Amino acid sequence: MKATDIADPNYFHKVVDCQWACPAHTPVPDYIRLIAEERFTEAYMLNWDSNVFPGILGRTCDRPCEPACRRVRTEEKPVAICRLKRVAADHKGDISAFMPKVPKKKNGKRICLMGAGPASLAVARDLLPFGYEIDMFDRDPAGGGMMRSQIPAFRLPADVLEEEVDLILDMGVNAQFGYEITSMKAMLDMDYDAYFVGTGAPRGRDLDLPGRQEVDDHISIGIDWLSSVAFGHTSSISGKVIVMGGGNTAMDCCRTSKRLGAERVTVVVRSAFDVMKASEWEKEDAMSEGIPIINNRPPKEFLHDNGKLTGIVFECVKPIPDGKGRYRYEPSGEPDVVVECDHVLMAIGQENHCPWVERDAGIEFDKWDCPILDEDTLQSSHPKVFFGGDSALGPENIIWASAHAHKAAISIHLMCQGKDIKQDRPPEGVNLISQKMGIHQWSYDAEHDAAKRFLVPHANKRKALDNIKIEVELGFDARLGLKEAQRCLNCDVQTVFTEKLCIECDACVDICPMDCITFTDNAEEPDLRTALMAPAENEEQDLYVSESLTTGRVMVKDEDVCLHCGLCAERCPTHAWDMQKSVIHIPQLGSYASG
Amino acid sequence: MTYVAKPRVRHPLLPINELGLTRRDYEGAVSTLCAGCGHDSVSAAIVQACAELALPPHKFAKVSGIGCSSKTPSYFLSHSHGFNAVHGRMPSVATGANLANRELYCVGVSGDGDSASIGIGQFAHIVRRRINMLYIVDNNGTYGLTKGQFSATNDKGSTSKKGVPNLYEPIDLVSMALQIGASFVARSFSGDKSQLVPLIQAGLMHKGFAFIDVISPCVAFNNHNGSTKSYDYVRGHSERLVSADYIAAGEEITVDYESGTAEDVAMPDGSTLRLRKLDENYDPRDRVQALTHVQRAAEAGEVVTGLLYVDPDAADCHDALGTPAAPLNALDESVLCPGAAALVGVNAQLS
Repeated sequence: MKATDIADPNYFHKVVDCQWACPAHTPVPDYIRLIAEERFTEAYMLNWDSNVFPGILGRTCDRPCEPACRRVRTEEKPVAICRLKRVAADHKGDISAFMPKVPKKKNGKRICLMGAGPASLAVARDLLPFGYEIDMFDRDPAGGGMMRSQIPAFRLPADVLEEEVDLILDMGVNAQFGYEITSMKAMLDMDYDAYFVGTGAPRGRDLDLPGRQEVDDHISIGIDWLSSVAFGHTSSISGKVIVMGGGNTAMDCCRTSKRLGAERVTVVVRSAFDVMKASEWEKEDAMSEGIPIINNRPPKEFLHDNGKLTGIVFECVKPIPDGKGRYRYEPSGEPDVVVECDHVLMAIGQENHCPWVERDAGIEFDKWDCPILDEDTLQSSHPKVFFGGDSALGPENIIWASAHAHKAAISIHLMCQGKDIKQDRPPEGVNLISQKMGIHQWSYDAEHDAAKRFLVPHANKRKALDNIKIEVELGFDARLGLKEAQRCLNCDVQTVFTEKLCIECDACVDICPMDCITFTDNAEEPDLRTALMAPAENEEQDLYVSESLTTGRVMVKDEDVCLHCGLCAERCPTHAWDMQKSVIHIPQLGSYASG
Repeated sequence: MTYVAKPRVRHPLLPINELGLTRRDYEGAVSTLCAGCGHDSVSAAIVQACAELALPPHKFAKVSGIGCSSKTPSYFLSHSHGFNAVHGRMPSVATGANLANRELYCVGVSGDGDSASIGIGQFAHIVRRRINMLYIVDNNGTYGLTKGQFSATNDKGSTSKKGVPNLYEPIDLVSMALQIGASFVARSFSGDKSQLVPLIQAGLMHKGFAFIDVISPCVAFNNHNGSTKSYDYVRGHSERLVSADYIAAGEEITVDYESGTAEDVAMPDGSTLRLRKLDENYDPRDRVQALTHVQRAAEAGEVVTGLLYVDPDAADCHDALGTPAAPLNALDESVLCPGAAALVGVNAQLS
């Protein structure tokens, strides 16, 4: 194999599994260390800089970082990254001194943001410190977009949401709420220097089955219903409720129904339990609140009595694994079942939908009605119009909106400065900083903590089910947060090897608790993977290969299960191994944490 | 000395041996020796050898004397028996331990000071008594624990860290062992586990006195350009003579060597010792030739490594003394005190 190029920012970035998996590439181990030092405000700002909504995401994120956590491979459960983010938000102090300064004198460029959800807010945050004038339009009466309208208060309290939304609005956004955009052409006529479309995926899917038209009064689209609850238009639901669908919206619908007085709530899902789109913990929370989830039941027909919904007929299928981790479904042979109900909430998916964008406005759409975008710049076929969040690539999590926003903000900034939005983008980079403080002193807590994942305390269930505003998860207190923070393996403190210092004494090989390091004759990757101290079967994880050493052998380190405990560097007599913190530079306008 | 504790977690795919143990279960405490010490590699080689042979750790007796080398039994096989003897007196304790319980695998670790200076008399006598044990000398040519004086195995002309040359002839423990009756004599290098681990395995399974002289560089005091026991010098001047692979009884014997260069030696326990010769004219069964070869190479400043001599059928001390097959601690009173009638028989023999 060729020697590894550690100057490539992606190499060590990939070793920090959580940061690599995070769409916004939040420097997770860095803020977890700050939490362990009880520097909650700094931990919060590091998050805010990267993902813009730490308090909100600390409660609602889909957590792509957690399944990626190295701890899953070395032990069992990942570090509770998301809940630690919330610890930073819950315990932070006054952040005003850390906020970016917004110049009073504007730079003369006007930007139009459509939608006041996470994507638009994040674009505003990135652009405001550069003197842009930001106008924001949204049809809802308040900012936050789907974070306000679709996430129920028992998961995301209003004050947490408002604090982080207002933080940005108060930076000087000219927000026009209650403004329904009906024509893209009309917006383009306002002659802004750039437009950002962050209007989300606001159309919930419906099911056209026999009886659907007749029972229209008893059927609500999940996201619309949640929105009407959020804005106080709906405050109760009665009788028996069926929630159709297996995603997080379905979980929010069923738990909200339970709190608003439904006599009985049942979730019915077409597919199998383990392939449901809802996050594992959302399913657990719904079930622990006594809501049954019935799987493998595709709906067939709505039953009604003169327009009064009485139930739904479901077919019974069984999942057959196709060997690729998915299922196909066959009739199970059981007779159809009828589930009685008085009301149905449809949570079977949603679409991005921009009926207000005239198809001759210069913005091209693909066959799925999604705007055609440049992946790197998020520019549409109209040079002044950019898309981000759900309206760009379909429904995803809030964290994707933040990631898109950073990209789009760079594009808008470059364009307004008359630069090429592709060629002139700032590059990614990596800095490596030695953590050695003394002979046996490291500036990070290298000791491995064998503790198991700590559980987040929950509110009293009876009280929580009584009041939709009572937050179910109480979050870690500072003490539990510190304990959980200790579980982090500090994957950003990298094992860096310097060939010319190595005397091939084997000290690192002997001490490594995970048998990651081998000195061997070089070979092609597949052969090398089997020739190591322990087989390197996880091909998603790279091998770190050195240049040829004095004996002609190479050092090969399997990054897969390295604990970053620093023992190789401790036992190295010549400092050929060093523990160096990798700071990954992800291009972002005016990043607070550029170092 | 390392202050970061070695985590107990292990690689999920680490091989598990027939006893259900992994290599990690054969480890000891974390070493307090200097970072990069060759002795730590020797300990790791012992760990690997024992794990691969699936030997039960509690069936080991570890013995040592005084010195850096003699600290190392703490760093392997933490679930075994151990005795840290007075300086240079490990052979006496090993002899006693082996006579008392012949069922234990006896492993002695000593150093060039412990065996070639203060303990040279004891060393000579345990060799000639052929105690059934594996005797390893971690040989670094220096007194590391007292900050780098020349030891008795330091080559004449080899220099100290400050550049002062050694004035005296070295004692070669390999030649001594060959001369006075060891039935298994090898030399290896701490920086070459591919050679050292099979030698340790063969030495452990050898019946009789197995001696391995392991050149194990002292990174703190004797790993400089003027030293003949540095990583670079040994790598540049060693000649691998005979490799030894231990193949357990019942294990499949595969043929993966050039014809004429390998010889399979049957061991008394049914296992096989495969010797792969890199010099066709060298016969590891010929003690006199071995002695000559080792001395010639030393004259030329070369270090010969590998299994230099083996006599698989040699008798050990228990054979010589005619002791019972059961260990002393398993003999009950009726055997140990056979009574007046037996005494009469003994006395009759003397009359």
